[in-house]
Amino acid sequence: MAFISSGYNPSKPMEGRISDIGPRHFSEFLPPVIAKNFGKWEYHEILEPGVLCHTAESGDKAYTVRCGSARLVSVSYVRELCDIADKFCGGHLRFTTRNNVEFILDDKQAALDLKAYLNSQKFEGGSYKFPVGGTGAGVTNIVHTQGWVHCHTPATDASGTVKVTMDAVFDQFQDMKLPAPVRISMACCLNMCGAVHCSDIAILGVHRKPPLIDHEYLDNLCEIPLAVAACPTGAVRPTKVELEGKTYKTVAIKEERCMFCGNCYTMCPSLPLSDGEGDGIAIMVGGKISNRITKPSFSKVVVPFVPNEPPRWPTMTKVIKKILEVYAEEANKYERLGDWANRIGWERFFEKCELEFSAHLIDDFRDPAYYTWRQTTQFKW
Amino acid sequence: MAKHKTPLLDQLESGPWPSFVSDIKWEAENRAKNEKGLDYQVAVDCPEDLLGVLEMSYTDGETHWKHGGIVGVFGYGGGVIGRYCDQPEMFPGVAHFHTVRVAQPMGMWYKTDFLRSLMDIWDLRGSGLTNMHGATGDVVLLGTSTPQLEEIFWELTHNLDADLGGSGSNLRTPASCMGMSRCEYACYDAQELCYNLTMEYQDELHRPAFPYKFKFKFDGCPNGCVASIARSDMAFIGTFKGAIKIDQEVVAAYVGGEIAPNAGAHAGRDWGAFDIKKEVVDLCPSQCLSYEDGKLVMDHKECVRCMHCINTMPQALKIGDERGLSILCGAKAPILDGPQMGSLLVPFIEADKDDDFQAIKDIIENVWDWWMDEGKNRERIGETMKRLGFAALADAAGIAADPRHVQEPRHNPYIFWKADDVKGGWDRDLAAFRERHQR
Repeated sequence: MAFISSGYNPSKPMEGRISDIGPRHFSEFLPPVIAKNFGKWEYHEILEPGVLCHTAESGDKAYTVRCGSARLVSVSYVRELCDIADKFCGGHLRFTTRNNVEFILDDKQAALDLKAYLNSQKFEGGSYKFPVGGTGAGVTNIVHTQGWVHCHTPATDASGTVKVTMDAVFDQFQDMKLPAPVRISMACCLNMCGAVHCSDIAILGVHRKPPLIDHEYLDNLCEIPLAVAACPTGAVRPTKVELEGKTYKTVAIKEERCMFCGNCYTMCPSLPLSDGEGDGIAIMVGGKISNRITKPSFSKVVVPFVPNEPPRWPTMTKVIKKILEVYAEEANKYERLGDWANRIGWERFFEKCELEFSAHLIDDFRDPAYYTWRQTTQFKW
Repeated sequence: MAKHKTPLLDQLESGPWPSFVSDIKWEAENRAKNEKGLDYQVAVDCPEDLLGVLEMSYTDGETHWKHGGIVGVFGYGGGVIGRYCDQPEMFPGVAHFHTVRVAQPMGMWYKTDFLRSLMDIWDLRGSGLTNMHGATGDVVLLGTSTPQLEEIFWELTHNLDADLGGSGSNLRTPASCMGMSRCEYACYDAQELCYNLTMEYQDELHRPAFPYKFKFKFDGCPNGCVASIARSDMAFIGTFKGAIKIDQEVVAAYVGGEIAPNAGAHAGRDWGAFDIKKEVVDLCPSQCLSYEDGKLVMDHKECVRCMHCINTMPQALKIGDERGLSILCGAKAPILDGPQMGSLLVPFIEADKDDDFQAIKDIIENVWDWWMDEGKNRERIGETMKRLGFAALADAAGIAADPRHVQEPRHNPYIFWKADDVKGGWDRDLAAFRERHQR
């Protein structure tokens, strides 16, 4: 390949440089019906799964068709979205905060036609390209992370676990038959990029072995005090080791105090910890961020470990499906998964979902752990 | 003919949900065909090598990206996430596989001409793979080589009038819900405030000057569609004072079954006829609603604006007219000392565009001044709040203590006082004490 310059001159790097211009202003991109009725919306309706209608004070109506996407998408895929937007929507489209795609139209029949068109498009392997859904009391797209596609600290893959989970709950994406929306999120390590700590159901990559220590290189590659300070449980301390007659400044890790968070590796490349057999997934449930009825709450760990089983993670999807089915069957209308578990009691949640309760699920991290134990005689047999 | 065998990944092409594997393969084919005759600036088979390295990870259950990676563009201290494969001989197409974060328009509205131009740049100078979008909001261009970074940045700024997003110990890319553009619940123009503050603090976004990362998110109402309360160090959540507006005739239409509750969100299942007492009145968290003689009555003073009744009867109930936002501070993921959601700092402030949102900026800058001085290395502001106390944050922000700041008052009596606040101060004479109390 021959290098093609953009106009940038590497010998005068600061010449002609434009900086600090930020994003484009959103008003440049609004469809006409949106721009005209901005801030003047009266009400909305969900006409059918994946199709919304917003009515403005002016009487104008904006019809939205929402479809799922894999988030990790190609240039070809984005261009195809553009082709659709050009053909049906005057060249406008948007993405949602859960990485779905929305097309806005000003005619109901055109919106329903677009829904049919989107649902007819498939990849060569047979999966839907633009499945319509994600509205109302169903399961919408899974907020997720990089996994083995791009990150250096994951304990599992993101795109794969998300694909198999969405396959398993796909009927809930295209329908609205749950008691309330169920938000599923995924993070491939406990940095928890995204929404794992605040979702109805969460998939979290976890390690179970302490880091390896690359003593020979550690002092050259790491700021030792940062690695020491990176440990939430104080398991890392500076030390010296002798290898083949040479003394190296390095760290020691008290293995019984390490809970495998991987934060020392984030700070120090000489402390890798990923492990094919040790790594896997914890499942959390019961978080939410909206203030509707109850306050926002954190997700809680209900399954401490399921193994990584690429490519389709059958144990993980089975657990998620079971939780979702029991919740759908038992919860009251408007009741989020965590609100349901709080109402029936967590002992009942474990029983109904047929989940094993183990000591791993009892909080033991510092002072706040006490507040998660049961200081009452109120419990169910 | 695919470059690498991918028997495990091939199993992710089946099933209904859009397959990222099929999409990457499609892109690989399109690059191989190269119908536009592009002189690709990174390896043509980059997507194939990505599938190859991913298949290897699926086989051994471990990532194959080396630790870290420090690359970028001159003038900025962030915006690009460097990444190198740990098997570069086997997968040369992804030996360099850096991610470029591009600042997204608020609400993620696009016109196709903009998206197409962006894709044209990326087709030529990158892998042809993206994330639409990153969890913080950026357009993520996934995979390019170091020499292309300045070229991409030049094209972005000169041809697309678009900038990079943030990374590192700085203000990250702010994001908002779609706000007033298509929602009747929006209590302020979340997109405009998000844009205004993004532009105001470009320097803080592009050149890391903080103890650690700091995120803004803007929710138009307490439903939290951009999850600001959980995913931003400073969350701006729309709210209102005054009464929720009730149209009794439309309430009657809901009760009469003419309008589906919750805009039809539960239409996939038969939940029986709408029961306003069971579904609205009895679920109100502050029990400030009643339905008497065919009228919905609300004790507005006791309402906590949870949005449930409005969400359930959007055609009958509307947000109040005195609108503004609450500011909550300190949300973060677990590392280091546990997850936090935002804690209420400012119960109500107006979002005044005519004054360039100056009152909000004053609070932000007060908080930053405090945290930039007091925050330890890699300490999120939520953790600084825990270490130094919520009162120290409120004091720094210039906000007087308020019962709304707490869920409940403290139950331990370990109360700090300042010497100046105690009569006689702390300088005491032991001898004088002993005159009153023998040893």
